[in-house]
Amino acid sequence: MSANRNGNGHSNGHGNGQYVIEDLANLTFQVHRKVFVSPEILEDENRAIFDKCWVYVGHASELKNPGDFRTRSVAGRPVIFCRDRKGEVRALFNVCRHRGALVCREREGNTRQFQCIYHGWTYNTDGSIKGIPGDDAYPPGYDKQGKGLTPVARLEHYKDFYFANLDPDAVDLHTYLAGAKDYIDLVVDQSPSGRMEIISGVQEYDIKANWKLLVENSVDDYHLVTTHSTWLNYMRNSGVNVTPTKDHMLPTKGFGKDLGNGHLTTDNPNYRGRPVARWISVFGEEAKADIDEIRKELVARLGEARAERVANTNRNLCIFPNLVINDGSSVTVRHFTPVAPDLMHVTAWALGPVEETEAQRARRLHAFLTFYGPGGFATPDDVAALELAQQGYAAWREVPWTDLSRGMGSSQEQLATDEGHLRVFWRKWYELMGPKAESRP
Amino acid sequence: MNKPLDPAATVTRAEVEDFLYHEADLLDSWRLDDWLGLLTDDASYYIPPNDKPDGDHRFTLFTVADDIVRLRERIIRLKDPNCHAEYPPSHTRRLITNVRITGVDGDVILVSANFAIFRHRRYEPAPRQFIGRYRYKLKRTDAGLKIFERRAILDAEELGSMGAVSFLL
Repeated sequence: MSANRNGNGHSNGHGNGQYVIEDLANLTFQVHRKVFVSPEILEDENRAIFDKCWVYVGHASELKNPGDFRTRSVAGRPVIFCRDRKGEVRALFNVCRHRGALVCREREGNTRQFQCIYHGWTYNTDGSIKGIPGDDAYPPGYDKQGKGLTPVARLEHYKDFYFANLDPDAVDLHTYLAGAKDYIDLVVDQSPSGRMEIISGVQEYDIKANWKLLVENSVDDYHLVTTHSTWLNYMRNSGVNVTPTKDHMLPTKGFGKDLGNGHLTTDNPNYRGRPVARWISVFGEEAKADIDEIRKELVARLGEARAERVANTNRNLCIFPNLVINDGSSVTVRHFTPVAPDLMHVTAWALGPVEETEAQRARRLHAFLTFYGPGGFATPDDVAALELAQQGYAAWREVPWTDLSRGMGSSQEQLATDEGHLRVFWRKWYELMGPKAESRP
Repeated sequence: MNKPLDPAATVTRAEVEDFLYHEADLLDSWRLDDWLGLLTDDASYYIPPNDKPDGDHRFTLFTVADDIVRLRERIIRLKDPNCHAEYPPSHTRRLITNVRITGVDGDVILVSANFAIFRHRRYEPAPRQFIGRYRYKLKRTDAGLKIFERRAILDAEELGSMGAVSFLL
């Protein structure tokens, strides 16, 4: 029975091939570890996933004024993310049309033009060509006006989160995001005006592991108790109740959800405190009244039920393929890009409502660092776990299967400590990659 | 009339150097409780983000911004075998140089120093290197010099191959 299901392609609509095997008879879901070590599979991922999907570029709040720019990497390409002099947000390849050098070398700033240091070609902030030194040497009819910076094929945003797509024929961003939009809305609803902003200070660090491991790790609540026991101790020492409930591994029972199109999220009743209207002792007594006020504003604006969703749930949202928005102890926006099969580059920011007072902003940032980031109480142990997994894959031929079967066959909704939401990612990965991956010897 | 006590006049660079070398030895030896003993009861410890080395932790996302409460919790964590990123503990070696007393602000002695820290772990062929500068605020107490504020500012444009900063920088 199971043998028939295995290896017979897409017959049940899920990944059933050489690398992703969903066995509905025996209720197992396995991923072959070659997908974490193979340079050829990474090359296929770059073409089939990163060159075809909407990938995160930046947030509108990072470009407050005309002429503001940030240099970014989008699917491995150098890109200028900027607001032109007329106020329109652009994503331009940071590549001179003449000989190909980067035309902008600063991390961020405000400018009237981008000038290539090599031969001095200059470009306006909308990408159009501004000047070519010695242009009388070009033949008559030379298309000077056509030599502007090349824009990324598609740039669209949802509530100020800008995504680019290298594929001109891609479906529009709103359609692509599917059910993930509702979960972005829950984040944005924290702000009375619906305006969130990226807070200054970026965390950029490498993890010596395959990029897909951070997708799994970002939404996997099963690992919390073992990987993050020292963080749980810290919370306990601070007077936060982190005792598991009688029938569950964690203090609250949360869920793992399929948002369509490969996007997924956890959705958990909060126990760990939130700068938005969920006080815990770590914030200090003096914060209590202030957080009550935030809560009142939420209820007045959104109603009790919606305010409860915004204030009292944690959600780790993964937007396929590589953007994670963690709305937990604080809000992180984090994306990660493969550099090699066993190396990824992570970029992470904090996000907050534009209206926050100085004290509220300081509390948000303090809460961020209790858990998240390369100096936090939890993220370094995630990094350790992922790097250990990657080291283990040296034996991928002998110990080839990663198991993601938790919660299979359950008649209940998938829990955040199950692996149903992780399987959502892998099915989408297989849908885009399957035929390519299978053809690899 | 007596002049107010000038803390800078009462401390020498040699004394500060001895203090910093002792601190480095405690950290490299993982004598973390002894290290806590070098701090004032209201001490803080900061690692600014690489892109905003002069940032303020109240408005800017830092890599580390610990008040004394969280710093004590950090030591509890670092001593726990379940602090997976630092178990077994990294072998670190700190080279502290260019120590200078840069000023006095009330009872606070301002000190700057450069550091190069090499972190070695099993299965990692090359050490991870952390290069930067310290900015200390020291106070003279009855029990000798104490750290009131400690700021480790990395030179690199990004953490990059340093990865996580799971030990005390």
